[in-house]
Amino acid sequence: MLNKLTLKQAIDKLGNKEVKLEDIWLDVLNSIKDKNSKFNIYLNINEKYQDQLNKPLKGLPIAVKDNFCTKDLITTASSLLLKDFKPQFESTVTQKLKDAGGEIVGKTNMDAWAHGSSTETSQFGRTLNPRNSEHLPGGSSGGSAAAVAADMCIAALGTETAGSVRQPAAWCGVVGLKPTYGRTSRYGIAAMASSTDSPSPITKTVEDAAILLNHIAGHDPLNATSSTKEVPDFTENLGKSIKDLKIGVIYHDLKGLEDAWALFAPQLDIFTKLGASVEYAQAMDPKHAVGVYTVVQRSEVSSNLARFDDVRYQHGRDTFGDEAKRRIMLGTHTLSKGYADQYYNMSQQVRTMMIKDYEKLFETYDVLVSLTSPGFAKKIGATEGEAMFGELEDMLLEVSSLGGFPGASVPCYHDKKTNLYLGMNIMAPMWREDLVIQVADAFEKNTHWNSWRNND
Amino acid sequence: MKQAVNKQLVKHIAQLANIPISSQEEEELAKDFSKTLEVVDKLQKVDTKGVEMTHQVTGLTNITREDEVNEKNMFTQKEALANASRTHDGFFVVERLIDVE
Repeated sequence: MLNKLTLKQAIDKLGNKEVKLEDIWLDVLNSIKDKNSKFNIYLNINEKYQDQLNKPLKGLPIAVKDNFCTKDLITTASSLLLKDFKPQFESTVTQKLKDAGGEIVGKTNMDAWAHGSSTETSQFGRTLNPRNSEHLPGGSSGGSAAAVAADMCIAALGTETAGSVRQPAAWCGVVGLKPTYGRTSRYGIAAMASSTDSPSPITKTVEDAAILLNHIAGHDPLNATSSTKEVPDFTENLGKSIKDLKIGVIYHDLKGLEDAWALFAPQLDIFTKLGASVEYAQAMDPKHAVGVYTVVQRSEVSSNLARFDDVRYQHGRDTFGDEAKRRIMLGTHTLSKGYADQYYNMSQQVRTMMIKDYEKLFETYDVLVSLTSPGFAKKIGATEGEAMFGELEDMLLEVSSLGGFPGASVPCYHDKKTNLYLGMNIMAPMWREDLVIQVADAFEKNTHWNSWRNND
Repeated sequence: MKQAVNKQLVKHIAQLANIPISSQEEEELAKDFSKTLEVVDKLQKVDTKGVEMTHQVTGLTNITREDEVNEKNMFTQKEALANASRTHDGFFVVERLIDVE
């Protein structure tokens, strides 16, 4: 059962020659063969790999969301328009992954074009949650989160625009770490909303996320919005005490969150026990974020998806699914003459207010903490007739996405009856992934919610 | 309540966005868009007077590169055409775009 190894364990055991790479691959590929037809997690599988024991990721099998262009490996973004698209080039992040010795074991299902929070908009069928197959995995990086949860890979890559990594991580009981916007390159990724898209690790532990982020972060001349800021060693804050850190808890008094909050609130006690201070703080109503994000994202989508047609991608714009059509068209409207002031410009102003609101909170608190999603993974079919499903689902994450702030979701509660999880969302100021990792790692190591750790 | 978006407007948007839709879809989308824009309209209550817009959060400005050919990032003609639906003599074939309804 070597597929159950965490990334850190696998690297260490390969380094000590305790295990063989081919045995890890065999177990991972077997678990894919066992489970993929039921859960619909991978769209494409790659069984070829090279021994790369001299490199940091050692040839380990990594799952990659199907919106990263991978040279000569079909990349669909779960859309029919791209169903035959074989990229002629490699995304920067997957190139970095390969350079570090990571091998792509397969491309994972997602909401088509990353439009959604359930995988139900995928034009290749929804993914089921491996923790409980009556439920959805969340999305849009639902396939990657599910691949991690089901041990059908050692670690995974996803992308987040507003919640697309953290929300599926919460629903699948895994770790999702969205870095600061600009920390990871967007080059070669089927764009959704260019001003917030952030390639991110989805992993079994916080430690794994830090390791993987080390290898995919950094400036990229091919992506003008990627930052030239120096990339620290993200593993440095692992195991570091959180004594005297100030933690602000937000979104605790929102309507509709009562049930999840009752389970979540007691989990904050561990921070006090570890010597941090925990205070309830007031952030601007995230309901405004829903409006802002809807407009900003639809607008950017309409522009980004304008390039897709049969001239270059074989299949025409008539193959767009309902959700993509809706988003492209609404975004066209919010950007069009006579409406842009009312919708687009207004939203960008409220966006500024929300960012300032968070920045003010970060003057008092080192990190902000909230629930990741308003509740447990929803049942199959939950998105039907819900035009705003994703926005409401990701409401608690949208401000941090619109502002570019880094954040992680870690499992913070497990319901024995349904085998489903709640996630805790930990956010920090720009470029302070180190704080996110420090607090998330301390939480994970001092509680028993992570299903790969044996802490108690 | 009056719908913010009617069938006519949907038709116009579809044309701008180059999205083929059926007349049944026009009706559904008009309802859908109106519902979504109701949520967006709540922003009108926020006082945004004098607030700057945020288009991006990196603080980066005017990123340029040297005007040099990067051969590593070039496609051969064959590669560039690899995913095209129709080609002719090494070119993309496209529908006529001007003078059409």
